[in-house]
Formats: sequence, structure tokens, C-alpha cells
Amino acid sequence: MYLGPALAVSAILFTLGVVGVLLRRNAIVIFMCVELMLNAVNLTFVALSQQLGLDGQVFVFFVMTVAAAEAAVGLAIVIALYRHRETVNLDTINLLRG
Amino acid sequence: MNPLAGSVADSVGLLILLPLLGFLVNGALAFLRPQDKRLVSIVGVGSVALSFGLAAAIFVKMLGVPLEAPYVKTLWAWMPVGDLQVGFGLQLDQLSIVMALVVTGVGALIHLFSVGYMGEDPGYARYFAYLNLFIAFMLTLVLGSSFPVLFIGWEGVGLCSYLLIGFWFEDWQKAAAGLKAFLVNRIGDAGFLVAIFLLYKTLGTLDFVDVWSRAPLRLAPGGPEVTAIALLLFLGCGGKSAQIPLYTWLPDAMAGPTPVSALIHAATMVTAGVFLVARAGILFAMAPTASAVVAGIGALTALFAATIGLKQWDIKKVLAYSTISQLGYMFVGVGVGAYAAGMFHLVTHSFFKALLFLGSGSVIHAMHAAYHHTHQHADAQDMRNMGGLAQYLPTTFRAMWVAWLAIAGIPPLAGFFSKDEILASAFARGADDPFYYVVWGFGAVAALLTAFYMTRLMLYTFHGPNRTGEREQHHLRESPAVMTVPLIVLAGLTVLGGVINLPDFLPWAGRLQHWLEPVTEQATNFVGPVELARATELTLIGLAVVIAVGGIWLAYTRLHPEQLVPADRAVPERGFAKLLAEKYRVDELYDAAIVRPLVWLSRTVLWKGVDDGAIDGAAVNGSAVVARTLGWVGSRLQTGQVGTYLMFFVIGALVLLGALIR
Repeated sequence: MYLGPALAVSAILFTLGVVGVLLRRNAIVIFMCVELMLNAVNLTFVALSQQLGLDGQVFVFFVMTVAAAEAAVGLAIVIALYRHRETVNLDTINLLRG
Repeated sequence: MNPLAGSVADSVGLLILLPLLGFLVNGALAFLRPQDKRLVSIVGVGSVALSFGLAAAIFVKMLGVPLEAPYVKTLWAWMPVGDLQVGFGLQLDQLSIVMALVVTGVGALIHLFSVGYMGEDPGYARYFAYLNLFIAFMLTLVLGSSFPVLFIGWEGVGLCSYLLIGFWFEDWQKAAAGLKAFLVNRIGDAGFLVAIFLLYKTLGTLDFVDVWSRAPLRLAPGGPEVTAIALLLFLGCGGKSAQIPLYTWLPDAMAGPTPVSALIHAATMVTAGVFLVARAGILFAMAPTASAVVAGIGALTALFAATIGLKQWDIKKVLAYSTISQLGYMFVGVGVGAYAAGMFHLVTHSFFKALLFLGSGSVIHAMHAAYHHTHQHADAQDMRNMGGLAQYLPTTFRAMWVAWLAIAGIPPLAGFFSKDEILASAFARGADDPFYYVVWGFGAVAALLTAFYMTRLMLYTFHGPNRTGEREQHHLRESPAVMTVPLIVLAGLTVLGGVINLPDFLPWAGRLQHWLEPVTEQATNFVGPVELARATELTLIGLAVVIAVGGIWLAYTRLHPEQLVPADRAVPERGFAKLLAEKYRVDELYDAAIVRPLVWLSRTVLWKGVDDGAIDGAAVNGSAVVARTLGWVGSRLQTGQVGTYLMFFVIGALVLLGALIR
């Protein structure tokens, strides 16, 4: 039921996430885009679980757990970064340039 | 069971150990108590004298027992490597004991002489340490039972020669003379080493006894292997024994103290080459070409060096060229297959040449002391500054007079018999190959020149008016007894030395030849004995006497010591005499033809080109440049921007995905 539209929405969301990650400069926005990609995947899991059993829905919980942990670590990094450089613009952060 | 086993001969190792201990003690004293000259003298002279006593005891024992095979005593296993078993072995046979007696006997006398000659030198203990070490190495050389052991001694005496030539190393010219001796000898030693390798490759052993027994079985007589081995061995001998073309180091070696010249550069070390040819006689006998080369080079050297000796003013230089010339005779002897004759001349030469050198040392000592008294800085070795010394140094004069007659070849002194036997042997070989008549001719002319230049030396040094200087004359004194006693003993040996190998028409003939027969017979059987009709032999002897007397007479009539002026007022020579005085400019020729191109090659090509350019520039720095360039290219990818990394990441993921889906 609505499998096709659900997968399409999921694909659109995922692409938006990828494009956001690639194009945005702000670390927090990039971070949110990563979350968007994770949730696009979640939507795919849920949509497909209608046909392939409950495994997909169980997996969604795992993804959400990982996403929560990632959010905690990621935001901590962003805060540490800000304290250090007083910016979260990733264009100006290039210490590893060769 | 060798008849020598269990006798005094078992302590043959002590022969070497005694002077080695002397070296260690004197070396320690040089650091700890350099002023204790008494102790240094006792240790230095005593160790060699004891060694001589032991050698004499072994010799007496050997006289008493029939010794068919050499007595080899292996002290320890030295290089047990697979099939190659080299022991540190010492070999007693008729040849090595003769050499050991000469080395320790003449060596002890020269050590004694040094006590007087070097008495005032601050490096006294160091001097005796080196001299003792030399005796130890020289005995290793003559007693070694295999090529590697002989080679230790061979290199060791070269080292001591270097140390003693450059004994007064504050003078850079003397240090350079030591270096020159070392370097020139390297050329010969390289040949010697290759010969040893070839021997091992072809025969599979390096012990003398085995090499001599296997060589006739495994090598083709006159074949390329044995000829190459013999020629390479002779290259080593030619370096050590100062033969053309490697003789140039010996005249420069006179920079060392005079007793050193007597011991190392006249009596013992430089004769090592002759000893080696006699030792390896079978190899040379099997290679007629190599033997002819030995005899030819010997004859050429004998004549060539004698002509240079005609025009030298430095008394030691005359003796140095005379030594080269006499060594040439010895090589003629061993080259024509008269191994015993070569050894005979080696022994007698060690007597009279050591005597001549020590006599010249006594003269130089007196001259030096006289100049020292009046604070003059004239050359104490230049014969133009001497003259009329006979009245000031009577004992030295008489001793050198004996040696002069001996080397000039006046019967019945030692030098006459040995030189004559060599020339007679060369003449006898001429019957088979006319080449040896040429060798004999060279030797005969050289004998004439020898008589001439030695008479010149005696005339200019001891006769005529004194040219040392008005004030210096009163300070010319005869040397002390510690120096004159060795002279007298050597003079006695020079007179009587010929007795050991008289010609066969006299009673008690050919003692040394018979004594050496067990060692030399293998080689002499191969080349055939030297045979000469009695009439020819007597004619040759008569001719030899005529030559000797003629040379002396020529010198007496042609030279006028009373017209000579001191060195600082002398006019330079002209024409051929100038060429002789400048030693044919061979050193300059070598410098231009070998040394300079070699230095140029080393500096420009090898150093600047190969080392700096190819190795440092291309290989070492080049690889670094390549790595750095690649690293720079790689580093351009590292922008430090998270966005870029993500971009690559996404592209990578897409590529992977595309690959998996397709």
C-alpha cells in the first residue's frame, strides 16, 4: 500500500540530505542533513516492512538509537569546535590541508 | 714420526713469541717509562738474542738428525672453513732454519748496534718495540707452514717497515716515504693474494707440503695456470724485494734510522721475495716462462740500479741502489733454477750489506755528532761533506773495507763466491737458451759497476782530504763499542761466510747446497741440474776477479776525491750523469704516468662524477626528489575541507553502488 510513493518520498528526502551535506557550510545544518538521510532510510525500512516482515521496523529502532548517540557526539563536537574557533563554518576549518 | 718431534724443535713457537713479548714489553715501556733506556735495551736486544740462541739450538739438533720431510708443528686451527683447513702452523726445514738464523743473528747484532745509534733519541722505547715486532713478523714469514701464515708475516713486516721508515714522523717527507713503501708494496701484495686464491682454486690446499706434492700432479708444466700463479707470486716478490718496476720505494725508505735500513731494507725483509721464490721453487720450475721473467727482471734490475748507484751522493742512497742491484742478482739465481745459489747470496749479502749499512750508520752518527757540536745544519749523509774519515773512524773504516771487497767480488770474501755462483749458473743455462747469456752479460756488467760505485763510496767517504769543515773535524769521533762490536762480528762473518758454500773444486764444497737439497731438489730435478765444465767454471771465476779488480782500478784512476768540494759548493751534473743523478727520473715518470692520472681519475671521475654526481646526486638525492614530488602531488588532494572529503566519499559510494547494481 503506497509503497511506490513512500519509496519516492524516501528517495527525495535522502537526495535532499546528500545535497545538503555536500553544499552547505554550516556544521549544524550539515548535521541536520545527515539526520535527514538517516530518517529517509528509516522511511524505506518501514515502507518495505509491509511486504518483508517486521525486521525492517525493528531495524528502525536501531537506527534511531544510533542517530541519537550520533546526535549527542556530533553536537558535542560542534560545541567544542565553536568554543575553539568561534565559528561553525566549515570553509574556514581546514587544518588538515596538505 | 718426524725425527724432530719431541726435541727442542717443539719450542719453535718460542722463536716468534720471544720478540713478540719484547714488542709488548717495550710497547708498554714506551708509554709508561720511556726514559728507562737500560730496561728497554735489555728487553729489546735480549729477546732477539734469546731467539737466536733457540734457533741455533734447533739448528744443531737438525744437524744431528736426518730430516727427510719438513717438521710441521700446527699450533692451533686458525681458519677451519669447510674444505679449507688453515692451521697456524710453523714449518722447520733446511730452508726456514737458515732464514731464521740469519734473521735472528743479524737482527740481534743490529739491535745491539741500535743501542748506541738511537741512544739519544726520545722515541727509544718505541723504536725497539717496532724492531722487536719486525723480528716476530719476519720469523712468522720464514717459519710459516702455509701461504696464509706466510702472508701474515709478509704483511706484518710491511707494516713494521712502514712504521720504521716513518719513525721520525714529524718530518712529513719521512712520513711520506713510509707511505710510499706501503702503497708500492700493496701493488705487489695484490698479485700475491691473487696467486694464493689461484693456488687454492687449482690445488684445493694452501699448506706448503700439500701444495708442493699436488702441484706436479694437477698442474700442467708450462701451462697457463702455473705460469699465472708463478708470475703473480713474483709480482708480490718484486714489490717486497724492490725489483723493476716496483723498486722505487726502497731508496726513499732510507728516510728511516740507519739500523732499520740495515735490518729491514738490506738484510732481511727485502730478501723475503727471494726466499719465497726459493720456497715455491717447484711452481717456478714448472713455469719456464715465469722463471725466465724472474731471471730477466733480476738481471735488468741489477744493472739498472747499479748505474743509478754510480752518481748518488747520499751514502745511504748508494747502498740502497746497491741493495736493489744485489737483490737482482738473487733473483737471477733463483730464476735460473740455482735456488741454493740465490739463498747463498741472500745469506752473504745479509752479512756484508748489513755491515755496510751499519758502517754508514757509524759514519753518519759521527758526522751528525760533529755538526751537532758546532750547531751546523749541513747534510750528515752527503759524501761530499765527508772525506778522509779513515783517520777519525779507524774501526768503522776497517770493517767497511772488508765489506767493500766482499761486495766488489774479491776472493776469498763471502760476496765473491755467492755472486760468482749465480753468474756461473746463469751462464750454464745459456747453453739451453741463449737468453741466459744476456742475463749473464747484464750481471757481469753490473758486477763491474758494483765494484766501481762501492770503490767510489769508500774513496769519497774515507780517503782524500776532509771536507766536513774546519771546526767540525775536531769533533769527529769513533763510535762507541756497542756499535763497533757488531761491525767487527759482521766483518768476521763477511770474511768467513763464503765457506758455507764453496765451489766444488775446493775442499768442503757446496755445504749450503747439500743442506738445502731436501727443500730444493724437487724443483732442481724438474729444471735439471746446473752443469758447467770445470774449465768454463774456472774461466768464469777468473773473469769475475778481473771484472772486480777492473772496477776498483777504474774507480781509483778515474775518481779524484781531493778535487771534490762540499755539497753546498758543488756544481750540478750535466748530460747522462745528470740523468743518473736524477735516477732516470723514474719517480717523475711514475708520477706523470700513474699517480697523476690516478689522482685525476679519483678526483674528477670517481669523486666528483661517480660519488657526488651519480651516487649522491642521481641515486640518493634523486630518489628523494621523486618521493617528494609524488608526495606533493598527493598532498594537493588533501584540502582540509570536509566538503571535499565528503564529495569524494559520495562519488566513491555512487561508483560502488553502480558497480554492485549492474
